[in-house]
Amino acid sequence: MIRNTVISVHNLVKKFGKFIANDHLNFEVYEGEIFGFLGANGAGKTTAIRILSGLSAPTSGEVIVAGFNAKKQPEKIKKSIGYMCQKFSLYEDLTVRENIMLYGGIYGMSKKEIRERTKSLLVRLHYEAYGDRLIASLPLGLRQKLAFSVAVLHEPRIVFLDEPTGGVDPITRRQFWEMIYETAARGITVFVTTHYMDEAEYCDRVSIMSEGRIVALDTPAGLKDQYHSESVEEVFIKITRPGKN
Amino acid sequence: MKRFLGFVKKEFLHIFRDYRTMIILFGIPAAQILLFGFVVRTDLENARIAFLDLSRDEVTLKLSDKICSSGFFSRGEYLTSYKDVDQVLRGSKIKAVVIFEEDFSTKLTGEGKAAISIITDGSEPNMATLTTNYITAIINDFNRDLAGTAANGVLLVQPEVSMFYNPSLKSQFMFVPGVITLIMILICALMTSITITREKEFGTMEVLLVSPLKPIQIILGKVLPYFILSFIDVILILLLSWLVFGLPVKGSLALLLAESMLYILMSLSLGILISTVARTMQQAIFISLVGMMLPTILLSGFIFPIENMPKVYGWISSILPPRYFIVIIKNIMIKGTGFLYVWKETLILVMFTFAFIGLAIRNFKIRLQ
Repeated sequence: MIRNTVISVHNLVKKFGKFIANDHLNFEVYEGEIFGFLGANGAGKTTAIRILSGLSAPTSGEVIVAGFNAKKQPEKIKKSIGYMCQKFSLYEDLTVRENIMLYGGIYGMSKKEIRERTKSLLVRLHYEAYGDRLIASLPLGLRQKLAFSVAVLHEPRIVFLDEPTGGVDPITRRQFWEMIYETAARGITVFVTTHYMDEAEYCDRVSIMSEGRIVALDTPAGLKDQYHSESVEEVFIKITRPGKN
Repeated sequence: MKRFLGFVKKEFLHIFRDYRTMIILFGIPAAQILLFGFVVRTDLENARIAFLDLSRDEVTLKLSDKICSSGFFSRGEYLTSYKDVDQVLRGSKIKAVVIFEEDFSTKLTGEGKAAISIITDGSEPNMATLTTNYITAIINDFNRDLAGTAANGVLLVQPEVSMFYNPSLKSQFMFVPGVITLIMILICALMTSITITREKEFGTMEVLLVSPLKPIQIILGKVLPYFILSFIDVILILLLSWLVFGLPVKGSLALLLAESMLYILMSLSLGILISTVARTMQQAIFISLVGMMLPTILLSGFIFPIENMPKVYGWISSILPPRYFIVIIKNIMIKGTGFLYVWKETLILVMFTFAFIGLAIRNFKIRLQ
């Protein structure tokens, strides 16, 4: 099966002065895929995500996201992606509806479109009763799920999730991943970074970063085979701390 | 454009939903004006004066009546001996004691002079100076009348003092311009720096930056509501001081409003600059309050004249933008001068605005890389 490539990265280098944050990254992400991005803090994940989402320009190398060049057309990339980070849980002093209205508007959706999507979104999440409640009055789990729904409200081609499940309870985490699956099934590519190794198992493919380089990239099963491990967690430890095993 | 308007609407919602912001925006300006207007006063009204009249004749009665009917003073106790003077002043309800010597009228007509002493409470130096000045002025006036009516009156050279621009020496004339200056820097610099750092702290700033909104739209969207509300504030303060204190705008109202807009713009760009430096809301508050509010109150010429400051403070004051706005607003409001008299200060404010915006853009770019 030939799959469409939505992200392609060739020899991406990002330097901050003498410090090399991304050292010749090469990878491709396919349409509808759930792509896991693993790495210890400071491994260069955030830098890579910022470049992929058009926030900062690469020092050298070619980065194509959703058909646009990250160096030359970051504005076009921004229109075709969704983004959600760990801290982001919408504006607390606005209602659910107002938050959706705001982000829908920012992504250039018409009022009618926003209203329809809001309705179907609230029905799908069983949140009909919450439409006019302030975000501040909702529990964290609800907020995170809502934030994710808002991030894909405009049907982007790719959604970037930067540690989306930080500080969320296991049940909500589970539900959250179900939402991720649904989204990927709709053809939206999911690019997710996480600290939780069990979550890595849910991804279609996983890349592991260490000290600015991608040191492994395969399906979870492939990685476990290759490193003779029981879990992705074991793989991760073997790769990033080889001396201790 | 539609994107931008939706974003501006959200910013208004933030403001209207947060009662603390609303208080800072509308409660504080009104309270400040009324407070400074009614409470903090450097003019006199109904200060109580006690008299120790040792002669009790026609002239002393007339003179004490004149003092008490001036509107500045009210009549306090009549004392009977020097011993009481100390006692009433200690009570601190009496601000001054006026003493007429014995045989006042006889001496005045016979020798052509008689002595009055004014004793004030030196523990309140401002009040003491004011009372002395006012009473002296009244006595001088009385002297003049006397010289004019006396048959054998000597022609004297009489100085005629008049206060231009603020003839009744109302202290509101001094405070209203100062309060506008202070409030605008408070609202604009403090509030914008808070609202921008809040987005940074909550992580929403990142989401906005990743969105199709351009950074310039984000910043403009955040400050536009404050620009509008601050401008409403200026109008509100001017109305309030006109209705409550009868303070008119002598010069061109249009010019005053235009200068206010410039000053608001300058303060907003300062707020943006602060937000590029501060990482948290607390830092933003600290920088705005300690870095801006205090120097503005103390060094901008709001309360203490710059001319009387030690040189070093004068230099510091010359890098404070509020100092120039106070000159502008006083000129237009009280003296009624036109643009010709304030163009230098206006130019300085324009330069401050560009400098702040330039620095803010530089900081912002460094952070984004």
